[in-house]
Amino acid sequence: MKINAFGIAKDITGASQIEFPMEETFVKVKDLKSLLYQKYPDLINLPSLAISVNLFYASEETIVNKHDEVALIPPVSGG
Amino acid sequence: MESHIAITPEINIQEGYENLIDPKSGGICTFIGTVRDLNNEKEVSNLFFEAYEKMAILKLEELAQEAGSKWPLNKVVLIHAVGMKKITDPVVFVGASSAHRDAAFQASRYLIDRLKEVVPIWKKETYQDHSSWINAHP
Repeated sequence: MKINAFGIAKDITGASQIEFPMEETFVKVKDLKSLLYQKYPDLINLPSLAISVNLFYASEETIVNKHDEVALIPPVSGG
Repeated sequence: MESHIAITPEINIQEGYENLIDPKSGGICTFIGTVRDLNNEKEVSNLFFEAYEKMAILKLEELAQEAGSKWPLNKVVLIHAVGMKKITDPVVFVGASSAHRDAAFQASRYLIDRLKEVVPIWKKETYQDHSSWINAHP
């Protein structure tokens, strides 16, 4: 699964796009986050980490297809 | 309601204003966010803005529609800058035009407040000795 990372999440993962190995085709956002926290423990320390799926904020229960466009959204700070 | 949305390296304020001009509007309200020199008493050298551009455009469009459903607006402009910005540079332009000023003021306030909450854009501040992403640390 390709995952885009922005802001400090990009610093933590080390790249603006990571190739994240997924055995299953579908995964819940909360399970994906657990896997990401295992691989990148520093993500846990962020005040918040949202996941977007196909350009929309996803909930913990949202089901992600490994071909969806997924991104890590740390706390935003525009404006 | 018409909306003009952009993510751009350089904000053209004149163009932002021109996109708000409307014969049915008696009031145009704009807000321009700029880079200031101090944050938490630390001296800022510059700011770097990064956007998840496709999603940011979609969220900005959604906010414009939200504002248009809350107030009788004729035009809305939302422009955010990306890349390296120096002190005093404009980084965000928000504007609304309406028949009367009340709606334009309220909508502009709403738009900048919501933009800061939900639009996927990040700023990294560089100080004399180090740099850090804003809001990213507990």
